Amino acid sequence: MSETPIPAQKSRLRAALESDLFYTFTRSPVAVVAAFVVLLMLLASVFAPLIAPTNPFDPASLNLMNGFTAPMAANDFTGDVFLLGTDDQGRDVFSTILYGMRISLFVGVSAVLFAMVLGITLGLLSGYLGGWVETIIMRTADVQLTFPSILVAMLIFGIAKGITPVEYRDQMAIWVLILAIGLSDWVQFARVVRGATLVEKNKEYVEAARLIGRGSGAIMLRHILPNVLSPVLVIATISLALAIIAEATLSFLGVGAPPTQPSLGTLIRIGQGFLFSGEWWILLFPATTLLALALSVNLLGDWLRDALNPRLR
Amino acid sequence: MAAPVLSIRNLTVEIPTRHGILKPVDGVSYDIVGGEILGIVGESGAGKSMAGNAVIGLLSPPAHIAKGEIWLNGARVDQLKGEAMRRIRGKEIGMVFQDPLTSLNPLLRIGDQLVETMLTHLPISHAEAEKRAIAALEEVGIPGAAKRVNSYPHEFSGGMRQRVVIALALCAEPSLIIADEPTTALDVSVQAQIMALLKRLCRDRGTAVMLITHDMGVIAEAADRVAVMYAGRLAELGPVREVITAPRHPYTHGLMASTPLASKGQKRLHQIPGAMPRLDAVPDGCAFNPRCPYVQDKCRHAPGPTAEGNAAACWFPLVQEELS
Amino acid sequence: MALVSVKNLSRVFDVSKPWLNRVLEREPKAFLTAVSEVDFEVEPQTTYALVGESGSGKSTIGRMLVGLLKPSGGNVDIDGVDLANETDAAKIDAIRSDIQMIFQDPYASLNPRWRVRDIIAEPVAARGGKTDGLAEKLLEQVGLSVKDAGKFPHEFSGGQRQRICIARALASEPRLIVCDEPTSALDVSVQSQVLNLMSDLKDNFGLTYVLITHDLTVVQHMADRIGVLYLGRLVEEGAPEDLFDAPKHPYTQMLLDAAPRMDGFGREATPPEGEIPDPINPPSGCAFHPRCPLAAEVCHKERPVMRRLGNTRVACHMAEE
Repeated sequence: MSETPIPAQKSRLRAALESDLFYTFTRSPVAVVAAFVVLLMLLASVFAPLIAPTNPFDPASLNLMNGFTAPMAANDFTGDVFLLGTDDQGRDVFSTILYGMRISLFVGVSAVLFAMVLGITLGLLSGYLGGWVETIIMRTADVQLTFPSILVAMLIFGIAKGITPVEYRDQMAIWVLILAIGLSDWVQFARVVRGATLVEKNKEYVEAARLIGRGSGAIMLRHILPNVLSPVLVIATISLALAIIAEATLSFLGVGAPPTQPSLGTLIRIGQGFLFSGEWWILLFPATTLLALALSVNLLGDWLRDALNPRLR
Repeated sequence: MAAPVLSIRNLTVEIPTRHGILKPVDGVSYDIVGGEILGIVGESGAGKSMAGNAVIGLLSPPAHIAKGEIWLNGARVDQLKGEAMRRIRGKEIGMVFQDPLTSLNPLLRIGDQLVETMLTHLPISHAEAEKRAIAALEEVGIPGAAKRVNSYPHEFSGGMRQRVVIALALCAEPSLIIADEPTTALDVSVQAQIMALLKRLCRDRGTAVMLITHDMGVIAEAADRVAVMYAGRLAELGPVREVITAPRHPYTHGLMASTPLASKGQKRLHQIPGAMPRLDAVPDGCAFNPRCPYVQDKCRHAPGPTAEGNAAACWFPLVQEELS
Repeated sequence: MALVSVKNLSRVFDVSKPWLNRVLEREPKAFLTAVSEVDFEVEPQTTYALVGESGSGKSTIGRMLVGLLKPSGGNVDIDGVDLANETDAAKIDAIRSDIQMIFQDPYASLNPRWRVRDIIAEPVAARGGKTDGLAEKLLEQVGLSVKDAGKFPHEFSGGQRQRICIARALASEPRLIVCDEPTSALDVSVQSQVLNLMSDLKDNFGLTYVLITHDLTVVQHMADRIGVLYLGRLVEEGAPEDLFDAPKHPYTQMLLDAAPRMDGFGREATPPEGEIPDPINPPSGCAFHPRCPLAAEVCHKERPVMRRLGNTRVACHMAEE
């Protein structure tokens, strides 16, 4: 018997393609379309410098004469044609959207990752250790939940901005934004992870690990963490949509991404000034992009929640 | 013999999945007459509960009855839908599940639940129903029934709760009781009380009982006849004493022999090699053939004959002399 | 010398409501005595069974034996070492690898995200031991295949999972295995396979078992000595032949009568009276007296002490030879 060769384990890709999750995915048109849109936007923002016809933030490539060109129409002075038109400074709207989406997605993803790491850590600690650790963490979370998260983000943003030296402010703005949105969003991760941890820690496999003398840290990281991740995945996706919108909101209010690194929110803020003077495209296209992005991510999150919920299957 | 209360003919339940059609119940037939307790035994996954759920129309989709007939008191019920099935379920069939809390509404006083059930199905006044509710609780041995009708389910212990469920199952005077693992969650001493109660009440009222359990001891003591299920099929059907002391299907024989009671005084227990096949991998021919010590070529190709009446679904049923 | 020696073991759980609720509802703290003054010894290479219904404290005792719970009173000595009070880290570590446990629920006792190989080797890996080929060797010993090592738990049936649990328990080469209802989640035919495996392993490796179960038929087959528990107290202890043929405690008698029998066709025995009392407010004196057919005045007042009657020990005022 010992001569029997051990067959190679299924490759991760094979396993993933044969999984039930992938099967339900292919059976859900909404999820497929949403995933396609998200993927497309992700690729477009990663490769923005290659796709964008112009670099809108390189002053040398700008021509003020091109300002306020309508979409797909030749400019009166230069004769240049722009797919989605130009803004007041002659920047190509299509290019600014690509670069703006890049900032939006970067801030959104980073903020969610930050919130996730923080939330999972605190959730695991409070769920597994209990006692005063749990009381402090969860009461803090409760208090934070009583404030709208955008308010918390603005508060954190304000404080952080106040303590950064003036000369670094614009460079630090993006990181401060990530910190602010992340800190305002860790609570739901912590709550879900704590709940799942409370269930898992009473299972017998955790007792078996305690029995052989495994420490609390090893049990939390190696045993419990892998088993509480599926709900986290769902929340992370839905949070991503919320974080993108939060970023846009902050930028729209003028407390987010600086004009030198405009995100979709900044673009919308700039665009709304021109809505009633007839240059509708400066507002409409960034706003539609934001809507499509947030909606797709959200739909994907909704589908994931249903697909991973055993009661709905 | 009296006309059967419940008659199942060639019942097949199918679950379509992406890997093919599963048959948790496959061509099962049996009758239960009034006052009789038919034990349904089998290991987990044998389809014993699924057959009961098919009778009460509680199959959870995508599971559905694909073939066969279910007759209750001479009327065919397997094609009834919605409201018609609900009326039959409450009036003609009483149910007792493993977990009493699935049958009791936690937000209603137990008296109200009894009264509501009776008013829905019996032509009696509210006052009469209330009187009967107290009588029903007294009958199942709830001390201080007149006071306890106003209690909520969570105020009872596990054993008492199961008594309440039995009162509820019997209050509309059904002709059939389906008891699915009624004592599995209870302690031995309470189990003995509940089984004695169920036996007495059903015999007194002439109610037919389908007793689904994995516990051979419970079957031996309570059932009149027993149906043994294996991989969705009926392996053997017969009077309880015969099936337990002189099983004809090799699976029944293996099952009986592997209980620690049967191997008293032996160092090792009898064991059946292998495990029951999963529903997506039921072998050709007789489902038991890969584990059967007496397997012959025919068993690998032709499915065993169906067990009806007093029979084993086996091409080469055991003769008693071979066993000892 | 006994491998396990339990003396005067007690465990009390605080089951009070949160402080604020207690203050508002003017309720005192509530304590549940799960185990109360239990004594027994387990000889090496024997199977000692703890039998009882729910609330008998049998699982609590099991968890104290392996060190998952600390006793509130009394002590557990394993090979002369008291895990709860020992201060020498080397001794604790040595004893830890001598004790293992098999749990009731084969679905919850294996980490679903780990491969079988890692699950089985963990007791050794946690101590930094060599694990090459260990899982494969153990899988063969418990009747599974070498190639199962790379699979995940969900690919196995309940019986196979219990075999994996047994393999894990054997990995650190323990002397004592506490088995908490090892077969009550399994079907009869699978139960017999697992029980036979446990008997074989006991002979091959010279194991000692503490078997915790409510199933008298399993006990009768497996045990060399049996302790019957009621409401956290040991009420009778003896060899299976004495206990099953001539039970001395009325509770043991009641349990035996109530258990369904394969040859009990149409048996119309009078079922036992009453239910197990609330362990938070146990009855005075002998905990069994409200349900006992023999109960006398003294049973209401005095808790009976364990005394020796022939080969058995029994805690009953009324018991006679």
